[in-house]
Amino acid sequence: MAKQKGDKRSGKRLTLLQRRDRKGYLFILPWLVGFAVFYVRSIFLTCQFAFSNLTMDAGQGGYKLEFVGLENFLYAFRVHPTFKQILTTSVMDMVIDVPLIIFFSLFMAILLNRKFPGRGLVRAIFFLPVILNSGAITAALDLSAQMMNGGVTSQVTEMQTVASDTVAFSMDYLIDMFVNYGIPAKLLDYMVQAVARINDIVRASGVQIVIFIAALQSIPGSLYEVAKIEGATGYETFWKVTFPMVMPHIITNIVYTIVDSYTGSDVVDLAYNTAFAQFNYGLSSVFSLVSSLATCLILVLVCGYIQKRTFYYT
Amino acid sequence: MEKPKKLFQSAFEKKLFLGQVKDFLLTLGRIAIIVGVSYVILSPIIGMVVNSIASTKDIYNPMMFVLPKEPSLEKYRLVIERMSYFPTIARDLLYTVTLTAVQLLVCSMVGYGFARFNFRFKTFLFACVVVMIVIPPHTIMLPLYTTFKNFDPLGLVSLITGSSVNLMSTVWPMYIMTALGCGVRSGLYIYIFTQFFRGLPKEIEEAAFVDGAGVWYTYFRIMLVNAMPSVITVTVFSLVWQFNDVFYANLFLVSEDVVISKKISSLASVIANQDKILNVTIQEQYVNAGILLILIPVVALYLLLQKRFIEGAERSGIVG
Repeated sequence: MAKQKGDKRSGKRLTLLQRRDRKGYLFILPWLVGFAVFYVRSIFLTCQFAFSNLTMDAGQGGYKLEFVGLENFLYAFRVHPTFKQILTTSVMDMVIDVPLIIFFSLFMAILLNRKFPGRGLVRAIFFLPVILNSGAITAALDLSAQMMNGGVTSQVTEMQTVASDTVAFSMDYLIDMFVNYGIPAKLLDYMVQAVARINDIVRASGVQIVIFIAALQSIPGSLYEVAKIEGATGYETFWKVTFPMVMPHIITNIVYTIVDSYTGSDVVDLAYNTAFAQFNYGLSSVFSLVSSLATCLILVLVCGYIQKRTFYYT
Repeated sequence: MEKPKKLFQSAFEKKLFLGQVKDFLLTLGRIAIIVGVSYVILSPIIGMVVNSIASTKDIYNPMMFVLPKEPSLEKYRLVIERMSYFPTIARDLLYTVTLTAVQLLVCSMVGYGFARFNFRFKTFLFACVVVMIVIPPHTIMLPLYTTFKNFDPLGLVSLITGSSVNLMSTVWPMYIMTALGCGVRSGLYIYIFTQFFRGLPKEIEEAAFVDGAGVWYTYFRIMLVNAMPSVITVTVFSLVWQFNDVFYANLFLVSEDVVISKKISSLASVIANQDKILNVTIQEQYVNAGILLILIPVVALYLLLQKRFIEGAERSGIVG
C-alpha cells in the first residue's frame, strides 16, 4: 500500500533505499526544530548586533538598535588595543595543544584498555579530571585559591616544588644530550614545555581518554583474532587494526579539544566581559563572530584533512 | 662456552627468558606511567581531603604534612547541614538523570539519522551541528532568555491561556532545550553518536533489513545495543556535565534546591554569614568538604556505569 502511494505522489519509482533515506529527516527532526528555534535566531541576532549600536531600554528589558555598518569591525581591528593579540594567542594555543593532547590520551587509553588488577580504580581516577574540569567546581576552587594564603594545600604544592628541585638532576644535561643527537631545537622546546605543563595536559585530556577507551572497546574482537592468526606483530596490529578503527574518534577528539580550548580561551572571556561588564553588545558580537569563524575554519581544515584518510563502513 | 649452556638449555629457552624479561620491564614501565599520571590527577584531591578533615589545630600546625594529627569530620557535618545535602542531592539526581535520559534518546536518534541516511542538505546540516558545538554559550544567552521569559511557541500558549507563560525559575526550559537537542553540550553528543554509528559494520543493519525489521526497530533493538560503548560514554558525560552545569541553571534561574552545584559557589559566604566563620583558611576547609561531597555521587555513578562499559564491549565483540 504505502509503496504504491509513494509512487503515485512522486510520479516516478523510488528505490527502497531512497524511501528509507527520507526517514532520516524523522530522526533528525527534534534537533532541526531546536536548532532553528534557539540557534538560528541567536546567530541572526548576533550578526545584527555586530552591525549596529545597541542601547538598553530601562523598561521591560528591551533594547534599541541603530545600524552603524562596519564600524564595530573597524573598531575591533584598528582601535581596540588587545583584541588582535588575544585572538592570535588564543588561536595558536588551540592549535599547539591539539597534537599533544590527542597523542597523550590515545596512549593512556591504550594503556588503560588492557586487563590489569585495579583497572576499575585507575579508570575512576582518570575520570576525575572530567568532573573537576567543569564549571562550578573550578570556579569554587579558583575562588578559594585566590583567598588562600597558607594552609595545607599550599604546603603540599610547596613540598612538590622542593621535591622537584632536588630530583631534577640538571635537566640541562639531558636537553644538551638531545640537541647533540640532532633533534631540532624547536621540537625539543615544544617537548620540554609539554612535560612542564603535564598537569594542564592531563587535566585537559580526561574526556578524550574516555572517548578513546570507548572507541577501543567498540573495535570488533574478531579483527584482532584475524590479525593474530595471520601472524601480525603487536606493532602491525596497532597500525593496521587499532589506528584505522580509532580514526573517526580522533576527529571527534580533535573537535572536542579545539572547542574546549576555545571556550576556555581569553578571547571568549574578552567577548563576555565586553558584553556583560562594559555593556557593549555590538563589539562583543564582533569578537564572538570573528573568533567563532576562526575556530570553525580551523575545524574544517583539520577535520577535512583527516576525514579524507578515514575509513567508514558507509 | 660453558656458561651460556648452563643458563639456557636451548635457544628456545633463552628466547623465552628474554621474552619474560621484556614483559617484566614493559609492565614496570606501564605501572610507572599509570601511577605517575594518577598522582598528577589525584594530588589536588588529596590536598582537598586532607584540608577538609584536618581540625583547626592541625591547620595552624606547621609540623603537619598530609596526615592530620587530629582528623575530624566536623566540617562535613556542618556543610551537610548548611547545604541540606541529602534532600538537595536527591532532587538534583532526579533532575540530572531524567535530563540525561532525554539527552541520550534525542542525541542518539539524531546521530543515527546523520550517520546512516542520505537525505538532502545532510552535509550542510551536519556543519550546523559543528557550529552549534563551537558557538560559545554566552552568545545565545539573550535570545534564550527572551524566548523562555515570554514562552509562546507558535502562539499556541496564548491561544489557550490568553497570555504567554513565564518559564523562568522553573526546570522546564532545560527539559524543552534538551528534548529539542539543544541542551548542555548536545552538539557534542550528536557528534559522538554519529561517529560511533558510522563505525559500525553495515552488515548488521542489512541483515536486520532482510529479516524484515523496520527503521525504528533496527535503531532501537540493533544499533543502540551495538553502540553500547558510545551510549555509556555519552551517559557518563551527560550526567557529569548536567550535574555540574551552572551556566544554564543561572540563566534560567533554576532554584538552588534542585541544582546543588549552585550551592557550592555560595557556600563560603553562607558559612561566613550563618556561622560567623570569617577566617578564609577555615572557610576554604568547608568549601573543600563541599566539593568532595558533590564529587562523591558522580564518581559513584561512574563506577556503576563503568562495569556496564566492559560488558558492552564484550557484547559488541560477539556481534561484530
